[in-house]
Amino acid sequence: MNFCLNFPLFLIVGSLLFSVISSVLPKKAARVLTLFLTLAGALLNLVIAVYCQRTGGSFTYLMGHYPHPWGNELRIGFVEALFSSVFSAVLFLTVVGGRTTLEKRVAREKGQFYYCMCDLVQAALLVLVYTNDLFTGYVFIEICTIASCGILMIRENGRTILAAVRYMIFSLIGSGLFLLGVIFLYAVTGHLLMPNLRESIAALVSGQVYRLPLLASLCLITIGLSIKSGLFPFHIWMADTYGNAIPASSGILSGLISKGYIFFLIKIIFDVFGTEVFYASGIHNVVFALGALGILIGSVSAIRENNILRMSAFSSAAQIGYIFMGLGLSPALGMEAALFHIIAHAVTKPALFLAAGYLSDSMGSAKKFRNLSGAGYVNPAAGVFFSFEAFSMIGLPLTAGFISKYLFGIAAFESTHNKMIPTLLVLAVSTVLNTAYFARTVLRIYSKNKEPGKFMRVAVKEQKNYMVSAAVFTALNILFGVLAYPLIDMLAVGLTVF
Amino acid sequence: MAKKSFRETLREWDEGNFDFTMKTAGIPLPENEDGKEKEGSEWSRTPHLRTAGSEIKAFSKLYPVFAGLLLFAVITFLLLVIVEMPPFNSPDTPANRSEVTWRYIRSGLSETGAVNIVAGVILDYRAFDTLGESHVLFAATVAVMILMLAKREEEEPEEELSILRNDLILQNTAKVLVPFLLMFGAYIILNGHLGPGGGFSGGAVLGGALILYSSAFHPGKLQKILNMKSYRIIVLLALSFYSGMKCYSFFSGANGLETIFGTGTPGAILSAGLILPLNIAVGLVVACTMYGFYAIFTRGRI
Repeated sequence: MNFCLNFPLFLIVGSLLFSVISSVLPKKAARVLTLFLTLAGALLNLVIAVYCQRTGGSFTYLMGHYPHPWGNELRIGFVEALFSSVFSAVLFLTVVGGRTTLEKRVAREKGQFYYCMCDLVQAALLVLVYTNDLFTGYVFIEICTIASCGILMIRENGRTILAAVRYMIFSLIGSGLFLLGVIFLYAVTGHLLMPNLRESIAALVSGQVYRLPLLASLCLITIGLSIKSGLFPFHIWMADTYGNAIPASSGILSGLISKGYIFFLIKIIFDVFGTEVFYASGIHNVVFALGALGILIGSVSAIRENNILRMSAFSSAAQIGYIFMGLGLSPALGMEAALFHIIAHAVTKPALFLAAGYLSDSMGSAKKFRNLSGAGYVNPAAGVFFSFEAFSMIGLPLTAGFISKYLFGIAAFESTHNKMIPTLLVLAVSTVLNTAYFARTVLRIYSKNKEPGKFMRVAVKEQKNYMVSAAVFTALNILFGVLAYPLIDMLAVGLTVF
Repeated sequence: MAKKSFRETLREWDEGNFDFTMKTAGIPLPENEDGKEKEGSEWSRTPHLRTAGSEIKAFSKLYPVFAGLLLFAVITFLLLVIVEMPPFNSPDTPANRSEVTWRYIRSGLSETGAVNIVAGVILDYRAFDTLGESHVLFAATVAVMILMLAKREEEEPEEELSILRNDLILQNTAKVLVPFLLMFGAYIILNGHLGPGGGFSGGAVLGGALILYSSAFHPGKLQKILNMKSYRIIVLLALSFYSGMKCYSFFSGANGLETIFGTGTPGAILSAGLILPLNIAVGLVVACTMYGFYAIFTRGRI
């Protein structure tokens, strides 16, 4: 076995270990550990992705001495490795870019806990992506839930705590439903490892037994994970949560943690139920409809908002809608579009939140639009990067957002007739709505300030970290936007061995 | 309110002066005097105003009805599912007939060396889950510390606890019980691979004993041994030992290497490979977590 297949184990156990060590270190050392860990995660996972792409297969990795169905396992393939690499890279960039606000807003003696939680987030995301065991997935969903509440609460402010409590309630309901679904599956199959579950479920479906429990467990798992990732009727926690958290936390939550849950759901659809069962159950239609509604309602809510952070939050809800719409569209092209959109949104949204945070900070913590006039002149770097990320969210060519919208369009043409027209309509309408609220924001930050000279122009020296991270985010975005096709082909090949 | 032209509305929206929720409620947006919002001002202002609109009132009346209907539908659906589920307690359920259960029961003892099959499953067959589970506890304590940890200079709230502390009955009970509880907790942990018990249950008993002692007597007594520093050292050592050992075990398992930890003689105290040391590590983490929760919630520090 090639040595690089051991990297996920080292990264996962390393993240857990580093999080424990970080909790006793001073803040600075904890930060170095987190940065080292996330950078290592990005690079090592990239190595695995290249290796898996060369060999063209996927591998199971024993976590212990017993193969499935007895012991825990990881499953390592191109898609998994690519996503872990992107997730780790985004975590690294978000921590680098959000550092200034982080250290300003977080009480000094609690700074190391933030990095400790970031390490736990990395561990949980890696496991959600790599696991071959449904119950291990549940355990790390718990870690993810607690860690995300931690990174929200770290800003000690009444509204943040309230938002975190609200998020926690939603998230726990989601976890509970997911666990119930897993219990149902275990009761009718007697397995927890994905390959065995898949065999037993195929046997049960062809034998026409336990149809209702299987349907119930599929529903519960889908609903549970979509509550946690914020699909349309369950998106209402987003506005308060992202509107009040520090920008780095909002970025990690919307760009990574929501995506981690969706990736795990896609993995369950492919590896546990099988695409045939999922697309025969009719749940994909519900997911499709909720996704499409989520896009429209999220965009309309974003237009109604007068607060830049809450607007970005509702825009996140709309983007989650895109992913679920692709998931409900078709198992091949729709899924590819959804997966590509996960990457595209993961490299865009954290940068958008960081830029919005810096813009608002440079105007004396103003979040309302009417107080943000001219913010783009006060903080030129954040203004430029915000505008670029906004263009990517709208879907202008040369950005990753364009490619993902294009892929959704292609997937719509290849899908059945009753979904083609709604998808294309939703894409068109949502692009107009996206343009409305992002163009308004960009125009607002570049309009004339009513009180010129009230806020000092932010010097480059003060935000070197942010500028580096935003530049890398932008570069990644353009990279995915320009060189999308090789990546999409690799994704398509990777999906066949997923 | 005078009807405005679309153009005016658009401009208001663009300038950020148009609040849709206020519009629905029929209330004009209050003007800010200095143009700069105060932290928390909107919070105190909006919630009651926002519910003033008639649509919103109707919504809040209908909300319980819809919630009740939804709940009823979900309960009915789940009850229907339960009817079709395999019967509970029957030997013929898929879970009881599966190859997984059989292997755990038949060869659990010879493969893991643990007489207690549950310990064998959670600390050997499915050890990765348990590794995650102990980090869930760790994450929970850190989250509680983020929320509740008091700043150093703050004095502890003495009054509330002083009534409890001078309780003679509690103190005498604690004096009698705590040594036995500690001993019993240690027994459950150390006996985890030989009989019912293990790190989680034993750790809970140890944590309970520490809480009883600390609530009966002045916390300063316990703080001499178990303070923030020693707490951190214990958790750090226990979890790093756990991660390290399991990393070695997973690595050797995945790469087909022999481990240096044999299963030993089943039934002996030093047997079952890594299960005993891992039980001790889990027990320490659980005890510290329980006591840590208690201490942070009552006085904001350990």
